[in-house]
Amino acid sequence: MFTYTIRRLLIAIPTLLVISLIIFLVVTLAPSDPTANLPLSIPSEVRAQMREALGLNEPILVRYLLWLRQFFLYEPLHMLDQAFGLSLAGEDMQRILSWQTRSPVADLIVQRLPQTLWVVGTSYVVGVLIALPIGIASAYRQYSWFDQIGTFVSMVGFSVPTFFTGVLLIVIFSVHLGWFPSIYDTTLRVTDLSTFWLQIKQMIMPVAVLALYNAAQISRFMRASMLDNLNQDYVRTARAKGMTERVVVLLHVLRNSMIPVVTVIALGVPTVFGGAIITEQVFKVNGIGQLLIIAIQGGDVPTVQTLTFIFAVLIVLFNLIADVLYGLLDPRIRYD
Amino acid sequence: MRAKHALLGAAAALALAPAAFAERGSDGQVNIIYWQGPSTMNPYLSGGIKELEAASLSLEPLARYDPDGNMVPFLAETVPTLENGGVSEDLKSVTWKIKPGLLWSDGTPVTSADVRFTWQYCTAEGGGCSQSEKYNDVADVETPDELTAIVRFSVPKPYPYGPFVGNQAPILQAAQFADCLGPKAPGCTSANFMPVGTGPFIVTDFRPNDVIALKANEHYRDPEKPAFSTVNFKGGGDAMAAGRSVLETGEYDFAWNLQLAPEVLDQMAAAGKGEVEVAFGTLVERIMVNFTDPDPKWGERRATADHPHPFLTDKAVRQALSMAIDRDLLTEIGYGQAGRTTCNVLAAPEIYASEANEGCLVQDIEGAKALLDQAGWVPGPDGVRQKDGMRLSMLFQSSTNAVRQDFQALIKQWWSEIGVESELRNVDASVFFGGDPGSPDTFQKFYADVEMYANSFDGTDPEAYMANWECKQAPRPETQWQGNNMPRYCNAAYDALVAEMAKTGKMDERIALAKKMNDILMQDYVILPLVHRGRVSARATSLGGFVMNAWDSELWNAADWYRVK
Repeated sequence: MFTYTIRRLLIAIPTLLVISLIIFLVVTLAPSDPTANLPLSIPSEVRAQMREALGLNEPILVRYLLWLRQFFLYEPLHMLDQAFGLSLAGEDMQRILSWQTRSPVADLIVQRLPQTLWVVGTSYVVGVLIALPIGIASAYRQYSWFDQIGTFVSMVGFSVPTFFTGVLLIVIFSVHLGWFPSIYDTTLRVTDLSTFWLQIKQMIMPVAVLALYNAAQISRFMRASMLDNLNQDYVRTARAKGMTERVVVLLHVLRNSMIPVVTVIALGVPTVFGGAIITEQVFKVNGIGQLLIIAIQGGDVPTVQTLTFIFAVLIVLFNLIADVLYGLLDPRIRYD
Repeated sequence: MRAKHALLGAAAALALAPAAFAERGSDGQVNIIYWQGPSTMNPYLSGGIKELEAASLSLEPLARYDPDGNMVPFLAETVPTLENGGVSEDLKSVTWKIKPGLLWSDGTPVTSADVRFTWQYCTAEGGGCSQSEKYNDVADVETPDELTAIVRFSVPKPYPYGPFVGNQAPILQAAQFADCLGPKAPGCTSANFMPVGTGPFIVTDFRPNDVIALKANEHYRDPEKPAFSTVNFKGGGDAMAAGRSVLETGEYDFAWNLQLAPEVLDQMAAAGKGEVEVAFGTLVERIMVNFTDPDPKWGERRATADHPHPFLTDKAVRQALSMAIDRDLLTEIGYGQAGRTTCNVLAAPEIYASEANEGCLVQDIEGAKALLDQAGWVPGPDGVRQKDGMRLSMLFQSSTNAVRQDFQALIKQWWSEIGVESELRNVDASVFFGGDPGSPDTFQKFYADVEMYANSFDGTDPEAYMANWECKQAPRPETQWQGNNMPRYCNAAYDALVAEMAKTGKMDERIALAKKMNDILMQDYVILPLVHRGRVSARATSLGGFVMNAWDSELWNAADWYRVK
């Protein structure tokens, strides 16, 4: 298992380099201009100077290599400096700067990660916690009323877009009832019970919207996997041995059914870090997803490039984690 | 006892005084929402309107524009003019006097050195300063004493209020930005995010594109202002949600730039929590007519003066296109109270608006038909007019935007009624306005017959704006397709007026010249103005002292805001 992991990690390096080049080319060659959104009253010569100051006149290869060096050498050095108060990074080691804010992209990500993890992460956990029992119960009592309702709710959760459910919740709970704020306050610090309650209040709606969507997906996987296992011979054997239904379902069937579901859940974790572009926009959570969409609209190549590359790293990493987990959960699978 | 009573009486009188006399920081927090979050507080590094407005809370110019478009001194004692001797007779220098006793938010005095430094900062090589045009032709900024700054121009400037006036050109603190000149400008993140300022509020926490926390500037020149102690400046979301948060839920006090369908805005305002604020600046939605032939058969030279347009060079056709448009209906559908019909490309300030072209306000389909008949354009078998085998068939382009596509569809319908066929096309705004000389889809290349967009100018002086339609401003391969004369209009009489305005200093003469230029463009049907568009924002009813301003930052008088009790 260990050598397998090492081998996979080594293979990941060229993979990621190729991914980074592809992302860079796609982002750079796309027709976008960081000065396009400025008022028309700013003349074209000034725009040309601004583009030059951003380094847009350099050849593409030079820009790519500079980005690689910044990402893999300068940024880690700056991070070490910040963490331990060192001064490893030299004066000329320019960090990756966003074209819109002219500040380091890494700082932007660090600033936005908390709200994304809070809202999107919580919704993922809540979604999983709802999905598993629903999936189990629906499979155990297939075609019962509970199963039918569960199927209906999953279909709704899966097919109704979050920009609709989000706005619907805002209109009902913020505009008409006035229970929850429609705008997320990212500066809120949880220090006591009352601020904690405020945090809960502002998280309820975005978490509910995203949890419904996540739960819909995962509960379907759980149900299908349970159904596969419920008809297996070992279940009949377990029942024949006189085990209670509780033990049969929750111990034997559930453990075996969890194998594919755990993989699905692990593969979904990178999307948590990616944020939820639409839901963040609807509730003004301003996390990673909103950062990405603003950077795309503003033609902010360094930010888009860095963010998408980090997503790529996470996806490669969690693929590996899912594979390793699979081996751990299922003794029949051996990698060595 | 008497003294005590007197004191009590005074205290009671103070308590009863209106909110305008409130002491600094007594009204708590004001919540502002901009659905596009500002990405920096340094207006010289961004140029976007959202950044200019956010920065105006902290940074101030020597003079701002008031809601009527008049200059009011902010850091300066008075606005220098020819009459008060502040502007020299040769129009080559302006003398600004700074108010004595002004302090930066860090407690140090504001001096003329800061003014000089601001000029150096924006004109430093390699800095990519977005407002460098404001400092064009500035040869030097002299500082004879701590409170006097003399701006010297290399050429006569009849309108010398580019540098240090308006929200595009505020004064930076020399001490803070001294090491941030030229290529080093972007690296000064903390200075760019938390500038030391003279304005009513200063930044305590800046999160780009998300939220800005500000507090009252304790060194602000008026000891009683601002009434609010903190500002929560939130960004993100969309115009609809921002409008809702002020007009329907009442969570915020001010929401900026609510470009929403008129009926949506009315519905929100009906909730009674806030009011819609409209002010008109210089923004005019217009159709540009291409005087050159965009036919691909001309290769590199398509859409240049080498190949005149086959039928749009005929004035009768251009006039008929204008007559067929119902501007009232367009305004009502597209902008509601945020728009008004106009027949001028120079629609504001009031003093510059011509009244010679009002005929365009009434749609005249029959008149347009008659005009085309007279000019020899007769309907062909398919209903499209033609002459000598040339059909009146056009490509009509615009940027992608719901209102513009509605306009395109309506106008196409009207034009088809007079026998002009048009094909519609829309291009994503970032490409259309992007100015990439490699793209065939930019508004400068104008590879179409007519195109629609909106444009405006900064401040209140139209000299540079009216010079847009000078012959030499036409975009063409030699200029890398840059330039503002989209119609490629070329008229020696017009160019002469542009040159004359550049050396005329007297206000009434400048007004006459600008009007004359506008009338030439309108009566020659080079540009077909459609709607004079206003800025729309929303204000909570509990926010007092707010005065909407289309000529400067909408937050220009944030120092005077207070909470209505």
